[in-house]
Amino acid sequence: MKAQGKFISRSALSAWLAELSARFQVWAPRREGLAAPSSAGAVVYRPFDPAQGSDPELDKKPTESAKRVLFPRSEALLNFQRGAGRDSLSLEVPPSPGPTLIFGMTPCDAKGFLVFDPVYDGSGTKGSAKDVYYLRRRAETLLIARACAKTLSTCFCHWLGGSPYSGQGADILALEAGREGFVLEAITPEGASLLDSSTLQSAGADMLEAAEQGRAAAQASLPPAPDIAGAPEALRALFDDAAFWRDEAAHCLSCGACTYLCPTCYCFNVTDEHMGMKGTRLRSWDACMAPLFTLEASGHNPRPDKAARLKNRIGHKFSYYPSLHERHFACVGCGRCIKSCPSGVDIRRIVTDSLRQTTGAAKPAPAAKEKRHA
Amino acid sequence: MPDTPVARPVFDSSAPNPYLPQVATVLDVIAETHNIKSFRVRLDDEQAWKDFSFEPGQLGQLSLFGAGESTFVINSPPTRKDYLQFSVMRAGEVTSALHGLKPGDKIGLRAPLGNAFPYKELRGKNVIFIGGGIGMAPMRTLLLYMLDNRADYGDITLLYGARSPQDLSYAEDRQDWLKRKDMRTVLTIDAPSEGWEHKVGLIPNVLTEMAPSPENSIAVTCGPPIMIKFTVQALDKLGFKPEQIITTLEKRMKCGVGICGRCNIGEKYVCIDGPVFTYAQLKSMVNEL
Repeated sequence: MKAQGKFISRSALSAWLAELSARFQVWAPRREGLAAPSSAGAVVYRPFDPAQGSDPELDKKPTESAKRVLFPRSEALLNFQRGAGRDSLSLEVPPSPGPTLIFGMTPCDAKGFLVFDPVYDGSGTKGSAKDVYYLRRRAETLLIARACAKTLSTCFCHWLGGSPYSGQGADILALEAGREGFVLEAITPEGASLLDSSTLQSAGADMLEAAEQGRAAAQASLPPAPDIAGAPEALRALFDDAAFWRDEAAHCLSCGACTYLCPTCYCFNVTDEHMGMKGTRLRSWDACMAPLFTLEASGHNPRPDKAARLKNRIGHKFSYYPSLHERHFACVGCGRCIKSCPSGVDIRRIVTDSLRQTTGAAKPAPAAKEKRHA
Repeated sequence: MPDTPVARPVFDSSAPNPYLPQVATVLDVIAETHNIKSFRVRLDDEQAWKDFSFEPGQLGQLSLFGAGESTFVINSPPTRKDYLQFSVMRAGEVTSALHGLKPGDKIGLRAPLGNAFPYKELRGKNVIFIGGGIGMAPMRTLLLYMLDNRADYGDITLLYGARSPQDLSYAEDRQDWLKRKDMRTVLTIDAPSEGWEHKVGLIPNVLTEMAPSPENSIAVTCGPPIMIKFTVQALDKLGFKPEQIITTLEKRMKCGVGICGRCNIGEKYVCIDGPVFTYAQLKSMVNEL
């Protein structure tokens, strides 16, 4: 079946986003640092400014994930005020940002929220607590993914059941139709209602044909994926294999870039900041790759070295999370941790190495054998 | 073909905010040792206090706004509801700040969190408590609960040790425990000290000497990791099976509700799957204590 839907030309994009800005706080990828046409600089998700109306960056894969929109780097859980002594205390929960829309996110970023969902909804584990901050934003945010016309050598979404043209988790999928513009395909009823705009045209047969060609080309650009279904058991079996983890972590600098850019790393810290009697309790991104993450006040650290910490990151995504959540991996294959790792740690290689090392090993794909730094 | 829509999780605006503490007042502060203080607290909201219930072994998060939040076991038993007691060893930033609390001060409390000791399954069994240092705190809640329901349980034995006599907490309780005819209490310190009338020796050695029978018995232990390690070895030699040994774990925690990802041991989260585990459970988990 061919794509159906609306069409928006690149030149009309900003006008449509401005129109949506009346109803939503719109976020879109933007190039920062060095200006185009330079390929340097970073592509980051930022609030779209309708007054400025600059076009979002839709050709280069965002350097960071879109998780910050639903899970801000740092957010106020509550504001507190206490008396001059400690004889009074009042607590107040800050309001949520209201209706929000992310335009132009990658399919892997849209899928990343599906990894957050069961954790923050308190399902699938013994905990039943609902993270009302995340859940409210999630309910109030619409997602427009843009299919990836090009894939990178670090992309491996298809290892994890994704694809560069998947709209899984999104409300609308935007498919590139040549250089002119995008075919907009509604996935959810909420998405369909957004397409009811006079700024959008009906997609003509030629546009739909161009979008289909792009879909086929993107899918064909990815090398065959290995079967990694046995990863949970393989990693579990290797838990006490110190030599395996020492080798895999040898190049890791413990910088944590992988976790900051990751669309599924959802761990956080809670800290207080205050000025005199008033203050804020903040929830901020944290990373199991950081030595302080598990350091206890007594000085004891259950994960005392980088090998133990890398083991936890890989173990969580490919073993612990799947064992709690219907064998879904907590990785969407965006490849940012590989692309932005300063020392060439490749999560694909660790997973395939673990399968090779244990019995019932899957055949690794050619891509996984490559080492970025020989 | 458009992808199948995936349902968003439902946002229920009436769902409780798991991060919002309740305001509580410090009723009493007890200096237990040079670095341990116990705080007795009560929720300010009368209805919330009336409705508050917990089981022995469950945790609470104490907030001192501006300093932060930390996790402690509720060490008073659910059978005594005038206050909730927390014992805090001064170790880091939050615990140091907590040590400055005075009666009348307001704090934040999130409780109860986590699982509890299997106090129902323990009915009819002999229970041996082995507590080291601040590890006595979680023992206390279960021990007092059992003493308040004494007829439900078999023999109760307590082995409580610390470095020196000055490092033993709960002076008032200890007097009572030593006097009671319906339990056996053994105290020990690591090195001889003038005027000390009880045992001298490390907990695992004193335990071996006491040689409790594993018959219809459960050992409940908590203390520093090294003590636990040798205590479990001693219990094993005495014939206790892994499922007859119960301990309660500590980890650095933040959210306390299984979300923030900090206190995991493999796929288990100490804050929701624990803090109470049998040694049999610990053996089935990844080795990362």
